[in-house]
Parts: sequence; C-alpha cells; structure tokens
Amino acid sequence: MRIICPVKRVPDTAAAKVLRPEDHTLDRDAGEAVLNANDEWAIEEAMRVKERDGAEVVALCVGPQQAQTTVRKALSYGLDAAIQVTDPALHGSDAAAVARVLAGALAAEDFDLVLMGNQSSDARTMLVPAMLAEFLDLPALTYAKRLDIDGRTLTVHRESSGGHVVVRADMPAVVSVVEAINEPRYPSFKGIMAAKRKPLDTRDLAAVGVGADEVGLAHSWTRVVDVSPRPTRQAGETVTDDGSGTVGAVALADFLSARKFI
Amino acid sequence: MTPLTTDQRDLLDLVRSYAGGRLAPRAAEDERAGVFPRDLLAELGSMDLMGLPFPEELGGSGQPYGVYLRVVEELARAFLSVGLSLSVHTLATWGVLTHAPAPLRDRVAHRMTAGEWLGAYSLSEPASGSDAASLSTRAVRDGDAYVVNGTKAWVTHAGEADFYLLLCRTDEHRTRGVSALYVPADTPGLSFAPPERKMGLRSSPTRQVRYDDARVPAAHLLGREGEGLGLALRALDSGRLGIAACAVGLAQCALEHAVAHARGREQFGRPIGDFQGVGFMLADMATRIAAARALYLEAAARRDAGDEHRSMAAMAKLFATDTAMAVTVDAVQVLGGYGYVTDYPVERLMREAKALQIVEGTNQIQRLVVSRGLLGNGSAVAGA
Repeated sequence: MRIICPVKRVPDTAAAKVLRPEDHTLDRDAGEAVLNANDEWAIEEAMRVKERDGAEVVALCVGPQQAQTTVRKALSYGLDAAIQVTDPALHGSDAAAVARVLAGALAAEDFDLVLMGNQSSDARTMLVPAMLAEFLDLPALTYAKRLDIDGRTLTVHRESSGGHVVVRADMPAVVSVVEAINEPRYPSFKGIMAAKRKPLDTRDLAAVGVGADEVGLAHSWTRVVDVSPRPTRQAGETVTDDGSGTVGAVALADFLSARKFI
Repeated sequence: MTPLTTDQRDLLDLVRSYAGGRLAPRAAEDERAGVFPRDLLAELGSMDLMGLPFPEELGGSGQPYGVYLRVVEELARAFLSVGLSLSVHTLATWGVLTHAPAPLRDRVAHRMTAGEWLGAYSLSEPASGSDAASLSTRAVRDGDAYVVNGTKAWVTHAGEADFYLLLCRTDEHRTRGVSALYVPADTPGLSFAPPERKMGLRSSPTRQVRYDDARVPAAHLLGREGEGLGLALRALDSGRLGIAACAVGLAQCALEHAVAHARGREQFGRPIGDFQGVGFMLADMATRIAAARALYLEAAARRDAGDEHRSMAAMAKLFATDTAMAVTVDAVQVLGGYGYVTDYPVERLMREAKALQIVEGTNQIQRLVVSRGLLGNGSAVAGA
C-alpha cells in the first residue's frame, strides 16, 4: 500500500497572523512556522496503517522553498519520502488552485490512499480534500474520526450536523481526518536524524503538469479584496444595584430583552 | 562546552515540546496520587530518549553526556520524577552495559537502551548508607550461580524495574569483597517491602528489596568478583551528574513560577518584582541556577573527554542540589501565602528539592569526595 499525506506549512497556531498589505496574502515570513496540526493526525493515522499492515507513506507539500523544514518535520514521524512542489507562480493560490496542484502531483504517482487533515489552521477553508478528490475523480471521505481498512475497502466514521454517519469506499480514495481520530505521537530522536537523509523530491509547476496561468493570486477563483482589523472591544455597561436586588435584576432583564435573549 | 549540532538542537526542541505538552500537565496529579508514570517512560523510550549516551551498536544514540544531561534537565523541569527515572535508569544501565560479559550485554542492551526494560540501582541497605562499604547483603557461589540473601534499601523503581544492578558481598574484605550482579526482576526469591511514604517524589517508587535465597547466574557477574564497589562508585560519578541536572531543572521550574508571580502580583500599586527585595532574590536564584548548570556541563565535558571527573561530579551534585533547595525555598517566599498552599506547585518543588540533597550520596558525602580529592588521601571512596 502507498499512502500520500499532503502537508502544509502554517504560522504557529498560537501566533497572530499577519497579512501583507499589498495583496492581503499571509505574510509567511512573520513569526514561526509549523506543520499544520490537522496534518499530524493524518500522519499518525498513516503511520498506524504502516505499522499494522505495512505501507509506504509519502508526504506531499505545496509551498514555498522554506516549507522544506515542514516537510522534514513530517518525515521525522517515520514517513518514507517526500515530494515538494514549489514555484514562484504559486504565491496567492486559493484552495482550488492548491487542490489542482496537489492533483497534478498525484496524477503521476501510484497511491492507494490520500490521508490529510480536514483543514489548515491558517486558511480554515476545509475545501481542499473534497476539491482534490474531485480533481482526481476519486471518492472523498471527509471529516473522518475513525478509519478502518479491510482489504481494499475503507470505512470512515464521521460526525455531521445531522448525526453520526458511516461511509464506505474502495481505494484509491481521499480521506480527511479530524482531531478525534487519534492522539499523534511525538517524533523520535532517531526519526528526526533520519528525516534529514530521506529522499525529498522537489518539483516545479511544469513538472506536475499545471500551468502558471491556473494558479497564483491572479488566477485563483477567489481573492481577498479587503481586510479590516477586528474592532477593539468596547467597555461594557456597568449596572449598580441599590442593595435590594430589584434595580439590578430589572436592568439585566431590560438588557437581555433589548437584545432578544429573553 | 562544544556547540550543539543541528541534531542536538532538534533533540532539545523535541524534549521541551514533549515535556511541556505531556509531562508538565501530569506532574501535580501524579505526585498527589503517588502514581508512577510508567506510561510516560514508555513514551520516552519510543522517542529514543532512554538510551541517549550509549553507543549506537548497543541501541543508544551515541550522544555526549552533556547532551543527555540537558535532556534530563528539561524533563525534570516539567516533572522531576520522570527526569529522575531516566537518570536512575541510565545509572543502572551504564553499570550493566560497561561491565557485563559480552554475551549477556548483547542479549540485554537493546531492551535497556530502548527503555523497554527499566533499570534500578541497589547499593544502600537499611544499615549501610553513606558507609557504602559496610553493606552486608551476601552472595555465596553455588555451582553456576550465586545465592543471594539480604535486604537493599531506598531502591528507586523497586517493584517496577525490570532489572536490578545489585551490590553485594562475595568476600569478607570490606572494600574488595563487594561484587556487582545483574539481577532480572523475575528472579525467584526477590520480594518488595511496601513503598516508603515520602515527603515528596511520591510518584517515584522507593522500596526495600529483599533477597531470600535468590539464585543469580554466575554469568550475571559484572566485572570480576571484588570489583563491585569501584564499579558502584564510578557509576555514581555519572549518576550524580544526572541528579545535578534534575536539580537544575527543578530549580529552573521554581524560578519560572517565581518570576511569573513577581510579574503578575501587584501590591502597593505595582508588580512585586519591581521591589528590589523581590527582584534581587530572583536575580540570585537565576545566577545560582546558571552556575549550577555550567558546573554539571563542565563535569560532563571532562567525562566525555575521558578526564578525571569524580571531584567535579561531586561538586556539581552538591552545588546543584543545594541550589535547588535554596531556590525552591525562595520561590515559596516570593509567592508568599500562595507558595505555601498546594494549589500552586512551588511547595511541592521545595519538598522534592530536599530529596536531591540526600540521594546518590548525601551532600556531606559529596564534600568528603571533594575534600579528599584536594588533599589526596584516598581516591574518594566513601568509607574506604
């Protein structure tokens, strides 16, 4: 079995995100960058399959040159190899464009399963897994909180707003996972050292069969046209009770009623 | 100190991230409940952290001792019992792997360095502590085995360990009659007294181990008969550096709590850290910690270079654990009433610091080792 884990370099989850004023894209040089946490769940799930059934697990990253540290981090969990697609034309690509590039890279690969996080902690669109499946014309089993593999059949348990859903598909397929699926391990020291020596295949857009006119800020289907900072929080209203409780209670009731809470 | 390599920096980043994410949240509750965190040690094993200073051919990572000690410090900073467990495991494993006959060593090494097997070190006895050479547990040769009888005391990991490095008497000679044996935990004749009820370090099990006609294969003799005391003391030269690293981690943790409190607690309209009486206290704490860290790293560098390091290891243990005691007492003082209640961690850190002044040679014994090194009377063998 061959499993591909798309991974993304994102700003440190705890850090404030900075948008570049000229094009409203994320300033990826501001602050620390980390491996997207949701991708760690996918990697953990892939490693469990590898340890249980045997599999080759390959990381796939679309991102700038600096994302190589993210790729090495992914490899430190015990993955076998990595592919990085990097190209100046990628800057500003939206979810659909990134999915197109991932699909382009995957088109040349043999694989049985694509395992990925359901979202990235910076953009949070949650669109890429389904879009990728669409571009690849493969089943999409999204929001998996449990994944079972029986022969070539995948069974995914997912939460939806309507309840608990069990979906099945045959491999190859795209599966996106949520936090509940597992508790990711920490990498091992030997894994970290080995990651520096593992094969990393770097490709540009042409090598994955995607044109520069299909990606990037200028060719993305969506664009951020304006941003404004969140307004600073206003001081609250202070109600002073006269000691009887009545004044305070009436004021609170009026406050809630005016906002249609009661 | 040699600058850290990229791999070593990555190692320390990994350990800090793990210690903050997994150990720190567990420390208070496991200490309160007296739960030995064996599951966390298993995680350390799977992260390749239980065999760092051992050669790669024995399953270790071939890291310098100073790097291993910095890992111990980071673990102890988050959860002292875990740092101490790694230190004790390394102490016992070192004794076995450097002195076991090759067939035994090759059979057990990888399990030890992978952390699958946890080690324990037994030198002390109920009546033999600082005067280590007075130990009375006896091993009598009977065919291809030793028959062991006696009681070892204050054994960290007793009842939990998979193997024991046992110091016992094979001859009447006070110092040259002591031998070291490798004892698997499932050896018939081993039994364990109830756990000691301690002031602190409750999540680290300490018990007496009784040997009743326990038969230990003669092939488990470490080194030669009569070489046990030297082995035990050389092991302690390294083990004491582990205790020093634990002490620095503990003190660092206390300092961080004290600094956070001094920043956030306001009295007389300003943070209490702005008052010189508190600010200078913090400065002294930080200075002593930095000096203690430098001392253990210097001793480790000498060890790695193959230089004599007995005195400096004793100095590091002495200075670092006295520092941990002083710093944790001061941290309680900085937190005031909050420092004295169990809702905050610093009172626990203070109780834990006390143990470090006692274990692996009391600080009085460390002074003895240092003074004998200076005066040149004997090779600093305690009680020799």
